[in-house]
Amino acid sequence: MEQLKEKNPQKIKSNENQCSGLCCTRVENFCVNFGNMKVLEDVNLHIHCGELTAIIGPNGGGKSTLLKAMLGEVRHSGELKYLDEKDQSSGQPVIGYVPQHLSFDTDTPTSVLDLFTACNSNIPAWLLSTKKIKTKVKESLAVTKAEHLINRRIGALSGGELQRVLLALALDPMPDLLLLDEPVSGIDQNGLEVFYDTVSEIRKKYDLSIILVSHDLDLVEKYADRVILLNGTVLCSGSAKAVFNDPITAKIFGLTWFKNRSSDQGKDDEDNQ
Amino acid sequence: MMLNLWFDFIEFLLPFQWAGHDFMKSALLAILLITPLFGLLGTMIVSNKMAFFSDALGHGAFTGIAIGSLIGLISPIMAAVIFSIIFALIITVIKNKSRASTDTIIGVFSSIAIALGLVLMSFGGSFNKYSSYLIGDLLSISPTEILILTIVFIIVIALWVIIFNKLLMVSINQSLAHSRGVNTLLIEIIFTAMIAVIVTISIQWVGLLIINSLLVLPAAGARNITKNVRQYTLVAIIIAVFSGVCGLIASYYLNTATGATIVLVAGIIFFLTLILKNKFD
Ligand SMILES: Nc1ncnc2c1ncn2[C@@H]1O[C@H](COP(=O)(O)OP(=O)(O)O)[C@@H](O)[C@H]1O
Ligand SMILES: [Mg+2]
Repeated sequence: MEQLKEKNPQKIKSNENQCSGLCCTRVENFCVNFGNMKVLEDVNLHIHCGELTAIIGPNGGGKSTLLKAMLGEVRHSGELKYLDEKDQSSGQPVIGYVPQHLSFDTDTPTSVLDLFTACNSNIPAWLLSTKKIKTKVKESLAVTKAEHLINRRIGALSGGELQRVLLALALDPMPDLLLLDEPVSGIDQNGLEVFYDTVSEIRKKYDLSIILVSHDLDLVEKYADRVILLNGTVLCSGSAKAVFNDPITAKIFGLTWFKNRSSDQGKDDEDNQ
Repeated sequence: MMLNLWFDFIEFLLPFQWAGHDFMKSALLAILLITPLFGLLGTMIVSNKMAFFSDALGHGAFTGIAIGSLIGLISPIMAAVIFSIIFALIITVIKNKSRASTDTIIGVFSSIAIALGLVLMSFGGSFNKYSSYLIGDLLSISPTEILILTIVFIIVIALWVIIFNKLLMVSINQSLAHSRGVNTLLIEIIFTAMIAVIVTISIQWVGLLIINSLLVLPAAGARNITKNVRQYTLVAIIIAVFSGVCGLIASYYLNTATGATIVLVAGIIFFLTLILKNKFD
């Protein structure tokens, strides 16, 4: 955990100015190497509370690696700073995380209740499960309207159901920062919109900072407050409009999507693809 | 002593011919101590797809026994336990640091360990002395060994209470476990060390050739017919203990190797669960 803050009053002060009294998360000079390969170099992010920041970029661009570095799972240089809106002290934020792949065996005899018990309880999941735990898990699942799934096997859930369960898990306990790594792979278009709506709603309700890795540029445009184009480093960032109009973005994502987009701008985006 | 109490208890409870011998009563007690642990550890070995890994640990334990008795320590089993824990740690750390195929790494270590063990044991042409480690001899278990087993039993159960939730998280997703503050490497190390200890001390009774089947089969069977962690654990233990007791009694009447007979029973149960599998989901 090398990114554990040292309390440096000078630095806190300068952050205070930039965050203008609100809470925020800052990624400063993140670098990640795997062996000789530089995967991330000098990545700087500034995320305000209550904002949905989307990270887009090509495959292998280091999006998942960035999130794992923020979690402290991948070794990195640079610092992660979190400023609380109340006391403005820098510290470790509580991070909720929905991984990109859950490569568990779909045969695994593990229920949704087991998953929550394992993550949030001291009582081993193979011993008894008390009424208290069950009620609490149901409450957590209700946030994403998934309480009916509590006794299902996680391997038997559909893609959309699993994502709702994982999102509910990431929100229990309520985090300061929510990291979603392509959380919608394997969901149909309809499920996708529902998922984004849920995320937006939660963000407003709990004033969360959300970082979302996504490939779906239409939905990013519709929901994200801020977009970051990442390929080894931050290539460009800003409002969705600014980033999508940048020639670098067009170059990386190919021109077709952008042509479609300009032809039906103003209309809704749903007839793309 | 406690053991005499057990003997009297069995005599009273089970007035059968096989239960008349003290060695059978000791063996039965040993079975009742070992098999639940095998069922328990097996659940996570199978969930983490570590069957090959636990097989390698058996080979490490075998080498440990060879080294232990060669350097002639007071108790070779102590040396063996230490060696196989170190062996388990080395594979676990390398497995975590490297991105190369885990199977290959485990395979390499596994083959070297077994070769080294066989070379050491055949040193000076004295291999016959060790052949019992290949097949195992449950009926030779001594009161001291039963005491050791009891202590190990208590420690494993206690550890299982403490680390199980974390282990389950790691088995589902490493990054998820990490985001919840789990030290994944530490948990894996504790788990593999537990397997190493159990395998090493029971190899002399169960035998190297089949010890891994005894770890894997009950859990693999339980997996077919259960839907949550509690059922999974319970059924795996039941299958393990049932196979153990049936195998022991059958081997007495058939005059066969106890460990192998137990595995056969567990194998039959596995196929029965496979037939039932489609009915569960
Ligand atoms: N544990 C690892 N060891 C070595 N290389 C890795 C590891 N994880 C990811 N990489 C490499 O880092 C690069 C970025 O990967 P990733 O962050 O998953 O990209 P993205 O999520 O943007 O598609 C890829 O080239 C990948 O092969
Ligand atoms: Mg990725």
